[in-house]
Amino acid sequence: MRLLSTRRRVYFLGTVLLLACLGSTSMADIPRPEIPKAKEMANPATKCVRPVEDMRKHHMQYLLHQRDETLRQGIRTERFQGESLKECIECHNAPDKYGKVARHDEPDHFCNACHRYVAVKIDCFDCHADKPANAVYRNPLADKKLSQQSGFDSEQLLNQLSLDGVAPKGDKQP
Amino acid sequence: MKKPRYLELEGRSFGYYLLLVILGCFIATGLAAFLYMEHEGHWVTRMDNQIVWGTPHVFAVFLIVAASGALNIASISSVFGKAIYKPLAPLSALLAIALLAGGLAVLVLDLGRPERVIIAMTYYNFKSIFAWNIILYNGFFAIVIVYLWMMMERRFNQYSKFAGLFAFLWRLILTTGTGSIFGFLVARSAYNAAIMAPMFIVLSFAYGLAIFNIVVVAAYSWSKRELGAALLMKLRRLLGLFIAAGLYFVAVYHLTNIYITQHHGVESFILLGSGDTNKIYMKVFWLGQILIGGIIPLLLIYAPALKGRTSMILASSLVILGGLSQMYVTIIGGQAFPLEIFPGKEVIESSFHDGVVNAYSPSLPEAMLGLGGVAIALFLVVFAIKVLRILPQSLADREIDPHYSEPQPAA
Amino acid sequence: MSDDQAINRDRRQFFGMTAAMASLAVAPGVFLSQVKSARAVATQAASDQNRWGMLIDTSKCASGCNDCVTACNKENGISGIHGTATDAQWIRKVTLRDKLTGYVQSLPLLCQHCENPPCVDVCPTGASMKRADGIVLVDKHICIGCRYCMMACPYKARSFIHEVLDEQKAVAPRGKGTVESCTMCVQRVDANRGEEDKTKHRDPACVEACNNNGHKAMWFGDLKDPNSEIVAELQKHGGQQLRPDLQLNTGVRYQGIN
Repeated sequence: MRLLSTRRRVYFLGTVLLLACLGSTSMADIPRPEIPKAKEMANPATKCVRPVEDMRKHHMQYLLHQRDETLRQGIRTERFQGESLKECIECHNAPDKYGKVARHDEPDHFCNACHRYVAVKIDCFDCHADKPANAVYRNPLADKKLSQQSGFDSEQLLNQLSLDGVAPKGDKQP
Repeated sequence: MKKPRYLELEGRSFGYYLLLVILGCFIATGLAAFLYMEHEGHWVTRMDNQIVWGTPHVFAVFLIVAASGALNIASISSVFGKAIYKPLAPLSALLAIALLAGGLAVLVLDLGRPERVIIAMTYYNFKSIFAWNIILYNGFFAIVIVYLWMMMERRFNQYSKFAGLFAFLWRLILTTGTGSIFGFLVARSAYNAAIMAPMFIVLSFAYGLAIFNIVVVAAYSWSKRELGAALLMKLRRLLGLFIAAGLYFVAVYHLTNIYITQHHGVESFILLGSGDTNKIYMKVFWLGQILIGGIIPLLLIYAPALKGRTSMILASSLVILGGLSQMYVTIIGGQAFPLEIFPGKEVIESSFHDGVVNAYSPSLPEAMLGLGGVAIALFLVVFAIKVLRILPQSLADREIDPHYSEPQPAA
Repeated sequence: MSDDQAINRDRRQFFGMTAAMASLAVAPGVFLSQVKSARAVATQAASDQNRWGMLIDTSKCASGCNDCVTACNKENGISGIHGTATDAQWIRKVTLRDKLTGYVQSLPLLCQHCENPPCVDVCPTGASMKRADGIVLVDKHICIGCRYCMMACPYKARSFIHEVLDEQKAVAPRGKGTVESCTMCVQRVDANRGEEDKTKHRDPACVEACNNNGHKAMWFGDLKDPNSEIVAELQKHGGQQLRPDLQLNTGVRYQGIN
């Protein structure tokens, strides 16, 4: 059984190729992410608790390894330097000059900055805290619960108000 | 008796496409309901920490149970050697696959984390009957697809009997597993009974056959193919037998509970509606499960005056309604009855709804998701009979009935 | 499994050594500041030499007092959202009246941390699990939200998260679509294991609040430690299980249910 005539097949292939080209050009237009600086250098030799290159490549394995041992065996030790999500967040979601921090779905949250760029969705922050204990979100409107109660569209307002250049201008969530 | 000739449905009529569009609409609303529930969380449904399984599970478990029952016609022909059912075996297998797919779709889309369904297939706790069910469902798909293939591919026809036997044994284990989801629950008074497994098997015979009857009559009426009266009469009597057997198991289940003092509470809750302001489970049990799903269909089937298709279709439809009622009473009624955490005590104050009959009424998204699952199953069947040679060109008695004799012209 | 554990042990030792060497090599000030800020940590895995449990004296539990519940909610970041039908409750107060005698009493109800937990039995993925030290937890990383554990629990101890959550505590990750229950404040239990000084050990939030507020209706401790306060109290006055007929050997025991 023939699904498409020859001419239609050519059109179909052409469309696919065109879409592929469009896709590749638009990818090149996206600027590389600006990764927010950590609170402090944990270790001057490695900068992070592990060498930065190692962390960029392997952080997910370290986190996965640690999560099972912590949850199932109760091992919570700083010998696992850099394997505890909580410690990562403590250092990497650093307060701005007003002492406030970003939410995990904002473009300049440490994790989100890269994960947006590489289009890898993570669900860590469905459950885990995305900010150091006692830290305050930079923009109260980023607090979804508050904005739901007040009826504001917090995302939209956040994009309109660029708070002292802290919130990136016009940078919309995809 | 000739070898049946299978032929695809032409499927070009307005009616055929209309049917697909209608089913497609139900699937779309089901998916919309899923997206809504998934985006907002389950608080937008009426399910809560008391009634943790709601209307989606009523539909899902019904479809899964009916799936194994729908395979019966194939089993009767291949395992028990009843030749008259043999031409219907491919449709029976197809319907089984489709119903299971519909039921599982609902079950998965109601999960709290549906995107993690892969975890359910990669992490197994073998003490969990649920984990076993995941293996049983996947296995059922594989086995019935192979069985269907053996029936449809002439070179493999000789193996179809063996595949049919294997599929039959698997479906018995599968429904044992489904019934045991409830049977193995020690905590709740309405469950925790070994009879759940065989009861689900017998109920599955009726539910599956009821759906099968409707599908066969609809397909043959709408495609204007011949459907013999002798075959219909056999399907009709078979359904009657299954309904009666189901009622027997339900009676034994309740009689056992009535005898055991510990279970008097839950029995008077379900059967008499005590403690239930609207007596909803009492009504659904007596009116839905027993009267509509059992007694009226039996009368329709065995009343000497009734022989036609209409009464059989009506009886089959009522059995389906009764089946949904039974699932509602079993699943939701079983949870609505409070847990006996403190035997001999009554709870006079609790922030967590302890000791009270838990309120529940289906919400729109839940019903839409459940109906979406039914639509998925039917859509698969309607689509498959157009592209695959599932349906015999004719089911006239002279073609399929080994005991058929030409009516003699009057001397 | 044992191979895995051996590898993990080697790995840990290696990481530990690396970290130690690195810390010697670099400016000590940085490392010291970290040590100073560090809490007690558990380097050893939870062990089956312990079995953590609770004892609740219902005669001291006042009807209307909610201190344990408040403390639990604060510690674990639990708050009401869409009403009691769907909100999570790890511990709740229940007031009972005896059907025959009319005797009224009040008690807190929480996960009973069974030795043979039905929730663990039924969980299809193994997300519902019991640690070596008897604490029953949900591994939310592999919980699919099927809610079968909630069907199986005889104590209605579990809650399903019905909505998107915000502002979770770092010590108690919780989120939409997964099931949760009392963890016996496992973060504190683990911190205690890493802390030599027993005076710094902390009880779970509910027990701590009950004692600090002077009610002293709750004990927490190791049921396998013959010298522990909870064992002494159990030996002296006993303690019964809820639904003992189910033979789940619960880690939470009650006095004075009569």
